[in-house]
Amino acid sequence: MTLTKADLADLLFDKVGLNKREAKDMVEAFFEEIRTALAQGDSVKLSGFGNFQLRDKPQRPGRNPKTGEEIPISARRVVTFHASQKLKGLVEVHYAKQQQRRSDQ
Amino acid sequence: MTKSELIARLTTRYPQLVAKDAELAVKTILDAMGKSLAQGRRIEIRGFGSFDLNYRPPRTGRNPKSGSKVEVPEKFVPHFKAGKELRERVDELE
Repeated sequence: MTLTKADLADLLFDKVGLNKREAKDMVEAFFEEIRTALAQGDSVKLSGFGNFQLRDKPQRPGRNPKTGEEIPISARRVVTFHASQKLKGLVEVHYAKQQQRRSDQ
Repeated sequence: MTKSELIARLTTRYPQLVAKDAELAVKTILDAMGKSLAQGRRIEIRGFGSFDLNYRPPRTGRNPKSGSKVEVPEKFVPHFKAGKELRERVDELE
């Protein structure tokens, strides 16, 4: 049910005409280029899909939920994703279709 | 990095491929990811992260300009969770 790298590689084989090896490498390279850009502190903007941005979070107090012991959560840089209006719209269509199916039953 | 820069970097990485193939590959991957979420199908990319849909219940919002109330219907919104490798790599000291 879940979409994986193997599914994407199959699509590149079918639609782009890459051989199996090239298709697998291309999918890996696609995500590796995005990871590299983000690791270098560069945000990634994929028009029609969404933006990956970086946020620097300050240190904040935390707790070990098992022991209740207080441990500070260190300052860190995290990745956030903001879906484009187009992607948000596509997902809302899914919701509308699901409602339609429910009312048809 | 923009989509066209991503295409350029992939073309540099695979000089044996035609530039058009890298462009078509990027478009095919993004299109498939969008369609997958549009069907309510989650995406899981090991080492990168996962994309899911989050439910947002209906709420009463306000038009910030006029101040009038607007009913916002329930909906799903895309959500990304970074995977272990991505999380660790962006947080490495520079």
